[in-house]
Amino acid sequence: MALVSVKDLHKSFGELEVLKGIDLEIEAGEVVSIIGRSGSGKSTLLRCLNQLEQHDWGTIHLADQRLDGTAMSPGELSQNVGMVFQSFNLFPHKTVIENVMLAPLVVKQTPREEARRIAEAVLAKVGMSEKVDAYPAQLSGGQQQRVAIARALAMNPKVLLCDEVTSALDPELVGEVLRVLEDLAREGMTLILVTHEMKFARDVSDRVVFMHQGRIHESGDPQTLFTRPRTPELNQFIASVL
Amino acid sequence: MTDFTLWDIVRNLLLAGRWTVVLSLIAFTGGAVVGLVLTLARMGGLWPVRWLIRLYVDLFQGTPLLMQLFLAYFGAAVLGFDVSAWTAASVALTLFTSAFLCDIWRGCVEAVPSGQWQAARVLGLNYLQSMRHVILPQALRLAVPPTVGFSVQVIKGTALASVIGFVELTKAGTMLNNAAFAPFTIFALVALGYFILCYPLSRYARHLEKKLYGAGIR
Repeated sequence: MALVSVKDLHKSFGELEVLKGIDLEIEAGEVVSIIGRSGSGKSTLLRCLNQLEQHDWGTIHLADQRLDGTAMSPGELSQNVGMVFQSFNLFPHKTVIENVMLAPLVVKQTPREEARRIAEAVLAKVGMSEKVDAYPAQLSGGQQQRVAIARALAMNPKVLLCDEVTSALDPELVGEVLRVLEDLAREGMTLILVTHEMKFARDVSDRVVFMHQGRIHESGDPQTLFTRPRTPELNQFIASVL
Repeated sequence: MTDFTLWDIVRNLLLAGRWTVVLSLIAFTGGAVVGLVLTLARMGGLWPVRWLIRLYVDLFQGTPLLMQLFLAYFGAAVLGFDVSAWTAASVALTLFTSAFLCDIWRGCVEAVPSGQWQAARVLGLNYLQSMRHVILPQALRLAVPPTVGFSVQVIKGTALASVIGFVELTKAGTMLNNAAFAPFTIFALVALGYFILCYPLSRYARHLEKKLYGAGIR
């Protein structure tokens, strides 16, 4: 049984059909990169996986549990699926450690001592132990994104979704964030990334999914996919980004 | 008519100025309480509630404060309520203030970027938890400068209460002028009185604004 199982997922915004039937199975511990042009539906797919968008048709299962619709409360959902955004979205009025502790305290009702311990552990994992009392505005983009990753990890999710997490960063800061993701991948975290970092997709992913016009156009292991694309669309896409 | 010394005029204006301050405080405090309730109801409520509050805000923003005072004073009398100028002025100014603050604060809540709602949501916070821990603290910081700025409008608005016979700074000026007939001196002093009340608030609002944006909080 796959950890994440998406069946026949459809999503329209008004007249515009963005997802035209997505089937996707992801095993525990797998790292899957979703690539494709902007407008191909990759971010919408990611946002459906944690119900930031409600899809119109199809089902999403996590382990054996149905995840979509009203099957799970936001509280339950957050302990299954974590998300990191392109624009970090840290809470600017809270310090680094307060950002990380908020959800365990409020959603899980974790005692403060334990929440702090958890927060310190995840911040150590992303290399941000030195900055626990800083405010987001005092950090670089790369540091902010690492805190955002820690904040998602604090809820101990089964899957981590990453929506173009390096796209808003200066080039010299991309590496530190990708290294954190690589570490997570090595530890066996299930990662689903929408990314423009082709090198990262190739080197770290177990599988790459190429989306085109609302469908999964091609998918497979990164070596094959990048070196011998089967479809002209993927060929063209690879040529345009490499 | 030279029985009035300058000190007499100033003393009488100062005495009446107290009521300007008291009325401003009542209007602002009352307006803030009503405005806060309206703001929260408007954001979390069902559509009829939101629609009614919007109508309320539009009505008070779309009519002169003078008419609102007339209606509160004379209108209540027509309906058989015997209201004092105090009550009428307090009620009218409170409602007027609440409508404007409700609109200012709604804008502040909406100015918090939508990414903050999304981040709270994916962390599992529900609507009220998101509001309390993420949105309101940020909206509050945004709200302080325009709110302090609007308090200046409230102080100046109390001058209109003079037309329903409420004796505050402006009314006292008119009465003194009827007796002493020194319009330039008296109304210059009245204007100065308002300036002394309002200027520090304007300066403070500007200072808060700088501090807010200086802190790098969007």
